[in-house]
Amino acid sequence: MIEADEKSSVIRMFHVHHNYGPQKALIDITLDIPKNDFVFITGPSGAGKTTLLKLLYLAEAVTEGQVLIDGMNLSRIPRKRIPLLRRKFGIIFQDYKLIANRSVFDNVSLVLEAAGKKRRLILKKVRSVLRLVGMEDRQTALPLSLSGGEQQRVAVARAIVGDPKIILADEPTGSLDDDSAGIIMDLLKGVHIRGTTVIIATHDKDLIRKTGGRVLLLKEGRLEASSFIEKDYENSIF
Amino acid sequence: MKILFFKRAIEDFRNNRLLNVVTLLTVSLSILIVSTFILFFINTNEIMNFWKKGLRLMAYLKSDIPDSDLSDLRHQIQTMAGVESAMFISKEEAYRQLKTEMKRQASLFENLDKNPLPDAFEIRMSTAAQSWDKVEFLATQIETLDEVEEVEYGQKWLGRFTQIFDLFTLTGYAMCIIFFMAAVFIMANTIRLVIYSRRDEIEVMRLVGAAERFIKIPFYIQGLLQGALGACIGLTILFVAFWLMASNIESGFFPGLFNIRFLSPLILSMIILVSMLVGWLGSYLSLKQFLKA
Repeated sequence: MIEADEKSSVIRMFHVHHNYGPQKALIDITLDIPKNDFVFITGPSGAGKTTLLKLLYLAEAVTEGQVLIDGMNLSRIPRKRIPLLRRKFGIIFQDYKLIANRSVFDNVSLVLEAAGKKRRLILKKVRSVLRLVGMEDRQTALPLSLSGGEQQRVAVARAIVGDPKIILADEPTGSLDDDSAGIIMDLLKGVHIRGTTVIIATHDKDLIRKTGGRVLLLKEGRLEASSFIEKDYENSIF
Repeated sequence: MKILFFKRAIEDFRNNRLLNVVTLLTVSLSILIVSTFILFFINTNEIMNFWKKGLRLMAYLKSDIPDSDLSDLRHQIQTMAGVESAMFISKEEAYRQLKTEMKRQASLFENLDKNPLPDAFEIRMSTAAQSWDKVEFLATQIETLDEVEEVEYGQKWLGRFTQIFDLFTLTGYAMCIIFFMAAVFIMANTIRLVIYSRRDEIEVMRLVGAAERFIKIPFYIQGLLQGALGACIGLTILFVAFWLMASNIESGFFPGLFNIRFLSPLILSMIILVSMLVGWLGSYLSLKQFLKA
């Protein structure tokens, strides 16, 4: 299943297994994701999509096998360096995970504050990213006063503000209407065009057909197939 | 960055007002109780030292001790542990002194055939040896000397008072330790509740790559501020109470003898620092437990 050479790979997995107690969530996953790829990880509920993403940003540790991010072996990464690894990612969650008592601006600026950036740079970058996602007029609003689509746009802004190498999106359009989902996907495509690797976990086949990209199909924890589909084209992977 | 940490600590304080006010009151109360003890000890100790300055032993000698033995005896007493000085008072001198002190009762002395008073040594003790046990031990030691008839040490009540005071001191230490631990425990639990109420926020911070330092420092600042503020409130209450009571105590019990003092700036600073340490320790313990999970 390895398709790219080591130099151009940003993510590599070798015979990765992950168990939740006796339950096997991922079985013998080997894959390779090149830089600036646009990848969908798909499959039915419980196939292991979210678990696979969690292994990448170390919310879960592999039971067996190896994961390499940008050449870094995650099994050997010291606890102190985990934050540095996570700064390589911009993560978008289905439930947005915005901090309820902080404004839109503060939610986005948190990433840069955590990275120790200067106040002036934070102001400039956050405003520019909020402008990009169309939320510059709502920067003082609290997340709960926003619609689902708006909240997800803020989550996208938070994910891209730190110029990460990789965007991980777990069902980013799962709870959105078609228009809002379209806006989010356009934003992610825009980020991809600017050179970021984008990995989206979704069970939404229509979304994949409409967008196009590389598709990794998971079934019962195993990587069943890998294929590239063109935008708006039907593919045998489904 | 430092300003940001302070800003976040203050924001957290405001967002969890009730929890923080409860913690603050608890710290204030603990500090008030501990400082009351300290204030009591300092002033009681002062009074004790004042009284102890007058502490002496009188060793009355048997009659007909030759003068040649007296200097040996004095040397024996002076070399005993805890003795600062031993002054010989002859029976003639004692008689003279007694007559001077009892001028109004001069007729009492007219009927006396001979001087009824014995020779004696007035023994003063060094400051380090002024505990009740040591005084008693020394008296027994002197009494065993052949030339000594009897040893008297006045102010026996001081011994009893010293014992009570020692008991109070011990209780005070125990109370201080208990309140210190209680304050740390309460502070740790409050911070744990604050952390628990913000677990989603902390999770987000960790996921966006915030280092543990970034997450912890505002909580540490919060703990330090709670400690400092709690100590200031507790000490202010103590000062007001002291100010209201001190003048009555001085004029009522010890007129003109000595001043009842409030805690010195050094002790006040130390109490505030210890309280800040308690605050920090509370934050440290609960964060350590929470972030490990």
